[in-house]
Amino acid sequence: MDLFNFKMPEQFIIMNNPLIIGAWISIILASVGIVFFVTKYKKWGYLWREWFTTVDHKKIGVMYILAALLMLFRGGFDAILMRTQLALPDMKVLDAQHYNEIFTTHGTIMILFMAMPFIIGLMNVGVPLQIGARDVAFPVLNAVSFWLFFVGAMVFNLSFVIGGSPDAGWTNYVPLSGSELTPGVGINYYLWGLQIAGIGTLATGINFFVTILKMRAPGMTLLRMPMFTWSTLVTSVIIIFAFPVLTITLALLTFDRLFGAHFFTIDAGGMPMMWANLFWIWGHPEVYIVILPAFGIFSDVISTFARKRLFGYHAMVISMVAISGLSFVVWVHHFFTMGNGPWINSIFSITTMLIAVPTGVKVFNWLFTMYKGRIETPAPMLWSLAFIPNFLIGGVTGVMLASAPADYQYHNSYFLVSHFHYVLIGGTVFGCMAGLYYWWPKIFDFKLNERISKWAFWIFIVGFNVCFLPMYLVGLQGMPRRIYTYKAEMGWTMWNFVQTIGAYLMGIGFILIVWAIIYSIRHEKRDRSGDPWHGRTLEWAIPSPPPHYNFSRMPSRITSADPYWDAKKRGESMFDENEPLKPIHMPNNDGMPIVMSGFMFIAGFGFVFEWLLIAFIGLLGVIGTMVWRSFKDYDADHYVQVEEIERDQAELQASLEGRS
Amino acid sequence: MASSSVPKGTPNFPEYQTEEGRLKIFGFWVFLAAEVVLFSTLFATYLVLADRTAGGPTGKDLFEVKDFMIETMLLLTSSFTCGLATLEMRKGNKKGVFIWMITTLLLGAGFLGMEISEFVAYVNEGATLQTSAFLSGFFVLVGTHGLHVTVGIIWISLVLIQVAQRGLTPTTCRKLFIGGLYWHFLDVVWIFIFTAVYLTGLI
Repeated sequence: MDLFNFKMPEQFIIMNNPLIIGAWISIILASVGIVFFVTKYKKWGYLWREWFTTVDHKKIGVMYILAALLMLFRGGFDAILMRTQLALPDMKVLDAQHYNEIFTTHGTIMILFMAMPFIIGLMNVGVPLQIGARDVAFPVLNAVSFWLFFVGAMVFNLSFVIGGSPDAGWTNYVPLSGSELTPGVGINYYLWGLQIAGIGTLATGINFFVTILKMRAPGMTLLRMPMFTWSTLVTSVIIIFAFPVLTITLALLTFDRLFGAHFFTIDAGGMPMMWANLFWIWGHPEVYIVILPAFGIFSDVISTFARKRLFGYHAMVISMVAISGLSFVVWVHHFFTMGNGPWINSIFSITTMLIAVPTGVKVFNWLFTMYKGRIETPAPMLWSLAFIPNFLIGGVTGVMLASAPADYQYHNSYFLVSHFHYVLIGGTVFGCMAGLYYWWPKIFDFKLNERISKWAFWIFIVGFNVCFLPMYLVGLQGMPRRIYTYKAEMGWTMWNFVQTIGAYLMGIGFILIVWAIIYSIRHEKRDRSGDPWHGRTLEWAIPSPPPHYNFSRMPSRITSADPYWDAKKRGESMFDENEPLKPIHMPNNDGMPIVMSGFMFIAGFGFVFEWLLIAFIGLLGVIGTMVWRSFKDYDADHYVQVEEIERDQAELQASLEGRS
Repeated sequence: MASSSVPKGTPNFPEYQTEEGRLKIFGFWVFLAAEVVLFSTLFATYLVLADRTAGGPTGKDLFEVKDFMIETMLLLTSSFTCGLATLEMRKGNKKGVFIWMITTLLLGAGFLGMEISEFVAYVNEGATLQTSAFLSGFFVLVGTHGLHVTVGIIWISLVLIQVAQRGLTPTTCRKLFIGGLYWHFLDVVWIFIFTAVYLTGLI
């Protein structure tokens, strides 16, 4: 360990490929453009006050979702490159090394930097409003979570232009990812990008757990919570028990790579299998962290647009809790073929298959919720309807893979690749889309354009199945995953070509989704009344967008799991309008989270390049900002005065009258 | 974060008087749950690697009963004095808080000093992080605990400065109490290290 050793990687600035040169040019142009326009329109102050230092859960949610869409673009572009390379035999778009890097960053980004922030963004937007809270339990910590995630994502994404990308797959198995077989900075980027973002996620888990248990409005008992809130609670528990394992696992490999420890090495007693076990003890719960909130979204959306109470509320809750428990006892099914005994494989086979039971219960409950409902199909409902059959395909092939002896046939093939894309896209991505369309007119005062959104939906759904159904077939024909090219004699050409067409269709679908957002910002009708979907839960009882304190009065008539629906049927308001307004206690904006995360970026960068002096300066900065904040958190809040609340209400009234 | 009225069943202690205090204390318990998982992972790793000494020194060769018994006593006593400090805090006795908390920190610093000299001695005997999987596991598990103790000492010192500046308010009491929870937690972890690493290592 030498503090002043500033060794350089083989290549510091990556410029060896026209694609990456293109990326450089676009990064520089975009950065210069952003700086230029923000300066020209004098928006720095606005950005700092309203966004960079905000502790408002709604704004933090919006930033999470924006970042997730950006990462969806990056990960999607990786996917398009891979599919182009594999469209025909012996293509030369990517070489082997570049292909390795791209499937690694694709997987890592899509799970950690797209699915996670998308889900967490929707939680931020939805949960406090659904339970009648004015913010999360720890608003400043919430901002810390976001900025740590953001910095983690930036560190990770820097890899492809500075120093080189990780190339050992998103599972980063040792010994391949050890310092002997993969020296250089790529794997360090993986370790530190995930480490920084992971700490933020752990904080989110604690935050939402406390928020949901301690900050519900009067009358909202646990069994009256909306299903999305329930799913967030269960997910938070999984985060709290899974993410520390990731923290340690990444730290141990860091010790191996930077300081010559022997946790996962082949020599000196290290155990490569430890990595596989530890990684999946976190990794399997992780996939339920991204799927359970999607289940929650589908439950809320389906009961809203079937105009019916959710079928089997208690069964839904119990099955979610069961899934969360099972999620911790199935991890070995990710490596059935890596030399466990028959007993171990049998037990993990059975626990894995057991998961199909609570999941099946949920699928039937969604179907029964729709049974005899008056179903409407706006965009959020379309994504939810598409989820059921597509997720079912993913689930059934999952049960096939769970059978350990059969897994020897399927494993490491495109059959597996297709399976997890069916559950992750068919479940998580469809859920994110449903949630985005569902809550968009709550975050803002307009819906997303229906016509463009339906085009986007159909093109994406068709593209998705065209891309991934054939993967099951080529998988069964023996095509292994993670190969960068193949020979025509293998007989995989036709299906691969079809898959590539599907991938491009999905790309078009994504562009249309973005276009729907841009178009709607400019053209869609504004409406602040706040209940565009004829909703059932609390968040629809307040205006869109809600005031920054969410509820000017606390809701007082929560008597069921669909409080707003029931109140509307009784012809009542959720709020006691006779109750006098009171000043509202709210947290102040805070610059600590973004400054601290900036130092974390310096530390992460230092560790990636093993420039320990810079890393420790960054860490000192992190500690310094926390200490500074600890000394000044005695005036971290303020009261919103009654006059301000009345002014907001008058403004809302004027906007509603202007509409009619 | 509206209601300032104290819900039924809340202990009548200064640290629980504000909504913020109650939330933060509860949140910290949840954080400690995550810490339990963090240390469990390290323990599991250590126990799997404990026999993999790769021809290097074993625990039996390295561990000195006298040294780790003194370390244990220092830390256990510090947990006791930390509890006394909490009692004084609830009586509103600022001086008592300082006496017992500073004693706690001194005992903690003594523990830390012994641990550092233990590590230095091992390295001088040629038993380093790079020697074997067993020693990697040992240094990282025990070192992570030591790092936590270091953080605890710095953190509680900073809280004491705030108590000196502002007195025993609900906010400073909450910070003291949470610092205390953290300190007791480190003691619990050490008991497991004492058993799983040192005692087991001597067998």
